[in-house]
Amino acid sequence: MKSLLKATVAAVAFAAAGSAANAADVKACYIYVGPVGDFGWSYQHDQGRLEAEKHFGDKLETAYLESVPEGPDAERAIERFAREGCNIIFTTSFGYMNPTIKVAKKFPDVKFEHATGYKTADNVATYNSKFHEGRYIIGQIAAKQSKTGVAGYIASFPIPEVVSGINAFLLGAQSVNPDFNLKVVWVNSWFDPGKEADAAKALIDQGADVISQHTDSTAPLQVAQERGAHGFGQASDMIQFAPEAQYTAIVDDWGPYYIERIQEVMDGTWESKSTWAGLSEGHVVMAPYTNLPDDVVAMAKETEAKIAGGWEPFTGPITKQDGTVAAEEGVTLDDGAILGMNWYVKGIDDKLPQ
Amino acid sequence: MFEAVLLTVITAATPLLIAAIGELVVERSGVLNLGVEGMMIMGAVVGFAVANQTGSGTLGVIAAIAAGMAMSALFGFLVLVLVTNQVATGLALTILGVGFSGLIGEAFIGIPGLRLPDLYIPVLSEIPFFGPVFFQQDALVYISFALVIAVAYFLFRTRLGLVLRSVGDNHGSAHALGYSVIRIRYAAVLFGGACAGLAGAYMSLAYTPQWVENMTAGRGWIALALVVFSSWLPLRVVIGAYLFGAVSVLNLHAQAVELDIPSQLLSSLPYLATILVLVLISANRRLTLVNTPACLGKPFVPDR
Repeated sequence: MKSLLKATVAAVAFAAAGSAANAADVKACYIYVGPVGDFGWSYQHDQGRLEAEKHFGDKLETAYLESVPEGPDAERAIERFAREGCNIIFTTSFGYMNPTIKVAKKFPDVKFEHATGYKTADNVATYNSKFHEGRYIIGQIAAKQSKTGVAGYIASFPIPEVVSGINAFLLGAQSVNPDFNLKVVWVNSWFDPGKEADAAKALIDQGADVISQHTDSTAPLQVAQERGAHGFGQASDMIQFAPEAQYTAIVDDWGPYYIERIQEVMDGTWESKSTWAGLSEGHVVMAPYTNLPDDVVAMAKETEAKIAGGWEPFTGPITKQDGTVAAEEGVTLDDGAILGMNWYVKGIDDKLPQ
Repeated sequence: MFEAVLLTVITAATPLLIAAIGELVVERSGVLNLGVEGMMIMGAVVGFAVANQTGSGTLGVIAAIAAGMAMSALFGFLVLVLVTNQVATGLALTILGVGFSGLIGEAFIGIPGLRLPDLYIPVLSEIPFFGPVFFQQDALVYISFALVIAVAYFLFRTRLGLVLRSVGDNHGSAHALGYSVIRIRYAAVLFGGACAGLAGAYMSLAYTPQWVENMTAGRGWIALALVVFSSWLPLRVVIGAYLFGAVSVLNLHAQAVELDIPSQLLSSLPYLATILVLVLISANRRLTLVNTPACLGKPFVPDR
């Protein structure tokens, strides 16, 4: 029933997005998995879109579809945009990968940009941010600040992006406290404030006093605030929801990337590539450190500077959950290994859903 | 520990319970309103907006009820007066609610809301275990139980309740006896809208005090399913809502204590449990048939 509803919502959204062509040089179109008002993932992409619109003025026309479910509906939505004369289409969720590739085959003249995926084609580029860099920092903070030595992690779906985030968090925590305990709860949803709040409550009831989330709503932070626990903002700075509970937030800043790529389309220099940038390029930004003692802030800033300077959090020694060695001392995992990560590091008790 | 789980279950079950008990009355009168989700989300956004502007949670709740009723009044006009298709109109109401709430709510994104205070019932709230669980909740939790009892009493112990049920079972006969089918159904639809609006207010003022688009996340549909699950009996709605809430919360706790069960399976448990209970209930076909409103979803056009 729910997917039927979503499909109908998407169908109505089509009607809203269809707008007459005008004289702009380039039309950039965006597909979002959540509502632009989620104040998280989709919200940040939309902020990037607005930034590009502001930057180019009349030369750029944009359109977007929100709450497009991953799956067959996505393919129709993308194709609709391609037919409508969009020059470049940004599909901003992992689950749009195959639909994007499929539609791109039919429209060789349209440029496609798929966020967080790993399949490219002549007219399909991928882009992603190194969120795990931020996760390493918040892991360190969690280990410093937790009194119970237990953190909770609200996870969405067992895809590499989420798994590498969990691993980076624990590696950061272990760098401070080797015995740090991390409880992972999968809610199997990107966005369900009620369920995320329940998950946060469950984790706090089980002894976690720092909550990290890889879901998009502000609900877990609110629960942390109420229960006297702490947490981290996801995708955007969520400090006003938890003025006493948020330590920092990993903020996605897509604006510069969107401007760069749209400019390339205008100049005719656009090429398919895989962009993966993090703290050093400003695609990932840490929100101000709050509610933390000075020494912890200093540590976080130091790590931030180290990562921005080129250090990779996935640098050995790293041992997998099953005891095998993932990286020897001083060896850094290559991008492919991080982007395709499907194993836990040692120290996580949860079994990775396959 | 058990106490904490129970508290979470109550907050998860309450919106489902409130929305479902309203829809139960609607369906008992023979109208199928699939717009619960839309009315609920309108209640959530209006309740949040009014509470935010006035600083009063009570006003927010009242406004949410009014918003739900306004949506249901529109629905009632379409299906009862203009005799449009109930399924299509209900779906349209949901789509309208989801979209329109996003429009209204745009100014309220990213603003923390106010939470309805917990009411401590004197003396009773001091009892260990039972006190915190049953007597230290916010007002809407008590209201949800009061609603169930009131609806059960109304439907099965009052004359008007009998009339409402007869309208749902055989609108032709009820009409012949001189009852105004349309008026009674309209009243039931409005009550359903009020309950859905209240459930929405629970989402945005108590469960997760904030406004974000789509925040009801399909709970209106679950409420609809619970009505069928309950075979249109009010007390079974309580069982359904709490069973559903309990299984979904236990799923999260089971993961936190690191039980070795795949999380996807745990996530589907509430739905599996619902299907299982539906099968068990429908095993007794007589009882199911007796309680199913025979005119559910059928349009009524009085003869001249």
